[in-house]
Amino acid sequence: MPTRDKPVDPGRRTFIKTLGVGVAGATAVGAMGPEADAEESPALPAGTQILDLTVNGKRHRLHVESRTTLAELLRDELGFTGTKVACNRGMCGTCTVLLDGLAVYSCHTLALDAHGKQVLTVEGLMKGEELHPLQQAFVDHDGLQCGYCTPGQVMAAEALLRENPEPSRADIEAGMAGNLCRCGAYPKIIESIESMKGGR
Amino acid sequence: MSGTRFIRDQRFFEEDNASYVAEVPVEDAPALETSEGKFLGKSVERYDGYHKVSGTALYTIDRQLKHALAARALRSPHPHAKIKKIDSSKAEALEGVMAVLHHGNAPDIPWHRDSKLFDTHLRYAGDEVALVVASTADVATEALNLVHVEYEVLPHETRTMEAMDDRAPELHDEGRLQGGEPATYARGEVEPALESADAVVSRSFTTATCVHNPTEPHNSVVFWDDDRLTVYDSTQGVFAMRNTLAEKLQIPASSIRVICPAMGGGFGCKLELSKHTVMAALAARQLGRPVSVVLDRREMNLAVGNRPNSIQHLRAAGTRDGQLTALVTDSYGMVGAYPSNAWMNWPLVVMYQCPNVSVTHRNVYSNLGPGRAFRAPGFPQGTFALDQVIDELAEALGIDTLELCQRNMATASQASGTPYTSKKLAECYERGAEAIGWSTRRNREPGSGAGPRKRGIGMASQVWGGGGGPPAGVTVMIQRDGSVQVVSGTQDIGTGTFTILQQTVAEALEIPLESISVRVGDTDGAPYGPLSGGSQTAPSMTPAAWSAGLELKQALLQGVAAGAEVPLESLSYADGEVRGTEQNWSLAEAMQVMREQTLVRTGLRAANAEGKIICSFGAQFVEVEVDTETGRIDVLRVVAAHDIGRVLNRRLLENQFEGGIMQGIGMALMEERVVDDVEGKVLSANLLDYRMPVMANTPEIEVIIPENIDTVANNLGVKGVGEPPIIPTAGAIANAVYNATGVRMTELPMTPDRVLMALLGAEEVSR
Repeated sequence: MPTRDKPVDPGRRTFIKTLGVGVAGATAVGAMGPEADAEESPALPAGTQILDLTVNGKRHRLHVESRTTLAELLRDELGFTGTKVACNRGMCGTCTVLLDGLAVYSCHTLALDAHGKQVLTVEGLMKGEELHPLQQAFVDHDGLQCGYCTPGQVMAAEALLRENPEPSRADIEAGMAGNLCRCGAYPKIIESIESMKGGR
Repeated sequence: MSGTRFIRDQRFFEEDNASYVAEVPVEDAPALETSEGKFLGKSVERYDGYHKVSGTALYTIDRQLKHALAARALRSPHPHAKIKKIDSSKAEALEGVMAVLHHGNAPDIPWHRDSKLFDTHLRYAGDEVALVVASTADVATEALNLVHVEYEVLPHETRTMEAMDDRAPELHDEGRLQGGEPATYARGEVEPALESADAVVSRSFTTATCVHNPTEPHNSVVFWDDDRLTVYDSTQGVFAMRNTLAEKLQIPASSIRVICPAMGGGFGCKLELSKHTVMAALAARQLGRPVSVVLDRREMNLAVGNRPNSIQHLRAAGTRDGQLTALVTDSYGMVGAYPSNAWMNWPLVVMYQCPNVSVTHRNVYSNLGPGRAFRAPGFPQGTFALDQVIDELAEALGIDTLELCQRNMATASQASGTPYTSKKLAECYERGAEAIGWSTRRNREPGSGAGPRKRGIGMASQVWGGGGGPPAGVTVMIQRDGSVQVVSGTQDIGTGTFTILQQTVAEALEIPLESISVRVGDTDGAPYGPLSGGSQTAPSMTPAAWSAGLELKQALLQGVAAGAEVPLESLSYADGEVRGTEQNWSLAEAMQVMREQTLVRTGLRAANAEGKIICSFGAQFVEVEVDTETGRIDVLRVVAAHDIGRVLNRRLLENQFEGGIMQGIGMALMEERVVDDVEGKVLSANLLDYRMPVMANTPEIEVIIPENIDTVANNLGVKGVGEPPIIPTAGAIANAVYNATGVRMTELPMTPDRVLMALLGAEEVSR
């Protein structure tokens, strides 16, 4: 099951730890944490907070509305449209991304909950234009049809394989239980994941 | 090209017979007779696989246009109401709101029957009331609550049988039944056949309404450039969308471009134009900005179609020598608030040889979202009932079910008497039965297995059209550098259209796959492609691509003969080269020697054979385990043996079969739109309450395809594979449950509570 991490601690300790002393020390606003920002900085648009996160290895620091979901941030603000949204209610797994290595439903995670964390999307698995071995396995075994749920399937499988490089059929079913594929490409998705057993 | 002519093609499409006027070649290209080509039949990689796994495939929902506005529909909260007054001033005053379109300010555009795009008569909870357009989707959503609508709430009815009652509201001018009266079909005389039969069985069945729920929601992104409209739409038919949009907006079809290169599933619900797309086009014109409209999952479950429910009362009669002598059904299905089709009786009419058949069916209007074609519309629910009474009749006659099916295989269409182009059902029965262990592993006495977990094996048969036909065109262009481009107005809805077109042209021109690019899902500059539905894309498009490829070969020979000044007779074509007595020319060299920039041919799909009907056939054999203590059914194994003509790509074909079977398992075991009849509202309008199969529901699936290069059907011998897989699954599972438990499941879905109730009922009877 995808897990939602505990809410971001808006206090200074987490924030400083995240930014590193050098950066945090450079601005007084940063050192006071996002909530303090909203209250004290007139430059900050109403209802927004400062979010600092790393997406696919690249750091982003930006203003977001508190209600913005991680999926909205990735798709609409940062342009990572590989992450798809199908239900927007945490019920189908299509929007799965990795947050500090754990599979989460990005439609059901607030962007602010990714504060100080590492986000990995399907685009981030690539090495330049080269597919990650797991992505290649989905191509080789045709683990998709319409392809819309595929980025989520790939990311859920990646999280599963990181935790358990030798998953049994039951492990795969459990690890992938949160990801719907309406085309029903499950047999080929299973094949794709099983082909990754024994290293890559 | 050898010249063309115009014909009228009559064929079965989706749920009924259809007729098309089509331009076809006078002479079709020579057929490909061999079953194993250099590219065709091979499991080559999916053309768009890279883009789909890397996240770079652009779906409609990924089209983020600069300055685009977001729109959301306001929908009726009541199952039946009239709008007395609408006041959108508060919504319009909200910062970021650009416009609110409704019946008071938008053009009067006719929709289904007596209804309108913006109607004041709302016939189901979810019917469109207004469209709010704002700077962002969040603002539009907020503004929905600020549109003040005064409704006159009317009596509603959401139950099928009650909706036919005189006290139920009349939703349309034609009354409570679509078409005004029941639909009937009859051949022979059923009454004498029922009287003289050795056995007659009779049973009633119900199946639940199922919802398509593709993962990509319906969505459109539209913009105007002067009087030209561009529409990105998640659709199963770019041409159909363009043409109906042109009608609704009263503008020339040539002014509209519809684009959909990547599409996140449809299964039928994206075959027709939806209101939100027209409304968005109106708003974009009015505001001079691009408009994007995305339906949420709740709207997906209310407003864009479903597989209608069914209530079926069947009787079947036969004689001791194994002749099926009569089939009778009295059926009902809810079409919802607007016209659709809930007819499910084609399998009963055409699957088996049977001289006496009588059908009475009613398409019932009700205050729920209307149905839409859903993968083999009607066939899975019809087969669920039909193949259970066949199973029961076989038992009553003391004959094995498989044998009864084999003895009553139809040699010609039972509806028209027309012979089939080909039919390898006998081989499907034989090989499927062998693979599942029909004669050895089945319970001789249903329910006789020991212990609480009982296993059983069942089967059901499949018939479908899916022969495709004209009009359909594919353009193939060889560029100056020898690279090849394929362009067609068809689309790839996840089925592999890109890939099979690439394979076909590679086969025709004998060139590597990598040298061929394919563009589908765009109306501009492309020859016509039909809707991707009815299993017609592969058998319509690949024969046209084959023709274009072969014509290009001839053009290359003629061009090189002229350019190199050598006699045409001295040239031949092999392995992607023009070969002469002293010199060979690659495609690039050939293009350069003839000083051509591009060499273009458009292949047209030839006419279907006259006096023949194209159908696919098959049978599925299923093993289940039923936990008689919890009521849980596990599907352990499915053997799917189907005659679908030539296999174009084995891996893609298997994938599509497995997917259809998974949807069949969903329909059989869990999928059900749940309605609160008192409130007239859908309770399952999300992906948790509307249960669909997950990976853990996946059984072992074996796909068996008899070799059948049906060149009477078309030059490549192809029949479609989209629909056949889902047709027999639920029926075969139900028969397997009977074999396991000795109890008939007559209601879909076969949820644990229903299984337990059925088992309990059987116990009470036997006491």
